[in-house]
Amino acid sequence: MAVLNEEQEMLRDMARDWATNKSPVTEFRKVRASGEPEAFNRDAYAKMAEMGWAGVIIPEEYGGSDFGFMSAGLVVEELGKTLTASPLVMNTVAASAIVLGGSDEQKSQWLPKLASGEAIATLAIDEGPRHDPEKIETTVWGGKLSGTKAFVPEAHGADLFVVAAKDGLYLVEKGDGVSLATRKLTDQRSHADVTFDGAAAHKLEGGGDTLLGDVLDRARVLTAAEMLGMAQAVFDTTLDYLKQRVQFNQVLATFQALQHRMADLFADLAQMRSAVEGGLQAIDSGFGIDRAAIIAKAEANRVLHTVSNEGIQMHGGIGMTDEYDVGFHLKRARVLEASFGSSSQLNNRFASLAGY
Amino acid sequence: MATQLKDDTQTHDDAFRNEVREFLAEHFPEELKGKGNLLAGLDGPTNESPAHTKWREAVGDRGWGTPTWPKEYGGGGLSRSQAKILDQEMAKVGAWNPIGGMGIMMFGPTLLEYGSDEQKKEHIPSICRGDIRWCQGYSEPNAGSDLANIQTFAEDKGDHYLVNGQKTWTSGGQWADKCFALVRTSRSDKHKGISFLLFDMDAPGVEVRPITMISGTSPFCETFLTDVKVPKGNLVGKEGEGWTIGKRLLQHERTNISGGGRLAEMMGRSLGDIAKQHCETEENGQLADAALRQKIANFEIRWNSFLLTARRAMEESKAQGGVSEISSVLKKAGTKLAQERSEMLIDIRGLQGLGWEGDSFEDSEMEDVRAWLFGKAATIYGGSTEVQNNIIAKRVLGMLDHQ
Repeated sequence: MAVLNEEQEMLRDMARDWATNKSPVTEFRKVRASGEPEAFNRDAYAKMAEMGWAGVIIPEEYGGSDFGFMSAGLVVEELGKTLTASPLVMNTVAASAIVLGGSDEQKSQWLPKLASGEAIATLAIDEGPRHDPEKIETTVWGGKLSGTKAFVPEAHGADLFVVAAKDGLYLVEKGDGVSLATRKLTDQRSHADVTFDGAAAHKLEGGGDTLLGDVLDRARVLTAAEMLGMAQAVFDTTLDYLKQRVQFNQVLATFQALQHRMADLFADLAQMRSAVEGGLQAIDSGFGIDRAAIIAKAEANRVLHTVSNEGIQMHGGIGMTDEYDVGFHLKRARVLEASFGSSSQLNNRFASLAGY
Repeated sequence: MATQLKDDTQTHDDAFRNEVREFLAEHFPEELKGKGNLLAGLDGPTNESPAHTKWREAVGDRGWGTPTWPKEYGGGGLSRSQAKILDQEMAKVGAWNPIGGMGIMMFGPTLLEYGSDEQKKEHIPSICRGDIRWCQGYSEPNAGSDLANIQTFAEDKGDHYLVNGQKTWTSGGQWADKCFALVRTSRSDKHKGISFLLFDMDAPGVEVRPITMISGTSPFCETFLTDVKVPKGNLVGKEGEGWTIGKRLLQHERTNISGGGRLAEMMGRSLGDIAKQHCETEENGQLADAALRQKIANFEIRWNSFLLTARRAMEESKAQGGVSEISSVLKKAGTKLAQERSEMLIDIRGLQGLGWEGDSFEDSEMEDVRAWLFGKAATIYGGSTEVQNNIIAKRVLGMLDHQ
């Protein structure tokens, strides 16, 4: 864990306490059981916003606390541990798009609402099942945006979409010209294909040519922070289980075949944490963000993939049951691995940035 | 008040930076630029050029090869921030620390912690100057990973010990002046029967035979000890404390093997750049072999997150005032990545990357081949990867011993 300042420690402790006591995985089970496509608890999100979590990266003049991405990552990691279903990650990243590229008017109009939880925003970038920001067909004519975005996360709860068109990013409110087709994925969270048919759109004029890339870097890093929490939770749960499960009259934790695999996972997890924290710190420092974001997401993909598989295997048959939480982590893991860059896509991008 | 303090520190640091710059300008010769011997201490003293010797002496006189060690024993007596400045300024001009070897990496820090004042006064100054080479008498033919199984016996003869036994994998034994060793002073208890003893390598009864490794080099030796007389004053700590002291020393060894900075230096250029020289590229400069490109990027990403981890371990240790628990993974992860890189160099260069001797290979190519082979030792020595896994599982994760 990075060396934190007092503010950050308080924020993390508060998030840990809330996630553990008010939002354990049983809360996600309730969300799932409700069958609501928006797939989060509105009261819980209101509470989170009340604690200031929706405005962590939003400047103070627009109602946020401006603590930065490292702080946002701490909260997201804790919520990831208990699979708390909420639009917090997407709302934060969408808000960052407005912070980076919005006019004063756009900032005044949206940021205070996004910080207070009164409104929720999300990103609508990709147009196919594989992340590909180069392949965008969505166009804007005379302030009207048209195109279809695939698998938009947190689409059902969103009041505002940050939409990638051929010539830049646009803000589009839900309503006329915006329709959703639910795509229920294995993680049973909110995803939808969103069709924009001449919807009123307002361009984010600031931020320069790299705005989309900059926003995606933030999406990668914050997603990786959620994945870090998940990997840590699977590891901790598995370790606890190995320490109490008895076979052959032995606690499983005494078997060297399992000890060494846990040592491997521990080492992987240490690297994943360094990579994710490195990404968060890069965003706050403004230095080397693109490279740090790839490292963060690529390591998150690699390690969570392994940990989620090993978690099931080491739990044995019980890990296959719906009654145990480890399967939920596996299902959410794959959705996040595929979001904002799979491992091979990130490798390609890393090589391109390095010039080989 | 706080600002004032900061300004004073700043002025102080600037003055020190100037001192370092002047020192480097005066003493660091152009011809040694960037030629730091990464395996200093494992290499023979015969390789040392006159310029190298002069540079070593200049640094040794200041104690700057051991910048943070106490001045009273010949160290630099610098604060951490000053040591950092020294590092930065040396790196800027391609200078490197000529004082190396096991004395600095392992034995010195351990003696500073456990030695008597007399022992420190006797041994530390010569380590700081790089005059005396130390070697490690730990492993034995039947005590590798099971190190506590050592059998070399030191018999109490009143004013001295009489030592008999055999040590192996004695790094640099053929060039060393002195040895720090684990010996058995009692057979009644496996761990508590071990003591930490120092002896001279030219003492009667010490015989050294270099072992040729698969890399063709002989950095390790067998050391035979027959009726070697060792004065009682050479015992570090008390009889029976050898295991505790010896383990502490191994912590220093692990930290050094995995030290992110050193490995980063060893890693040198990016694999992608090397591949662009040896492999076909597209018009846009991308490697034509997409699978190789993926493999290299994947490696470089993991390598970068390892470096971030090494840095984090250091920051956490500083903040907590103790060794961070992730330090335990650095040796295991760093050595594995270094091996992987060596394998990838071969993959990139093809058969040209497997040259053994002759003019048709670049020196750097052949060095990489030897390093690839010798690098296999890194996951075995200093506590093998399997031993590291045991340490992590039991001490960090609290997984129990088999009943």
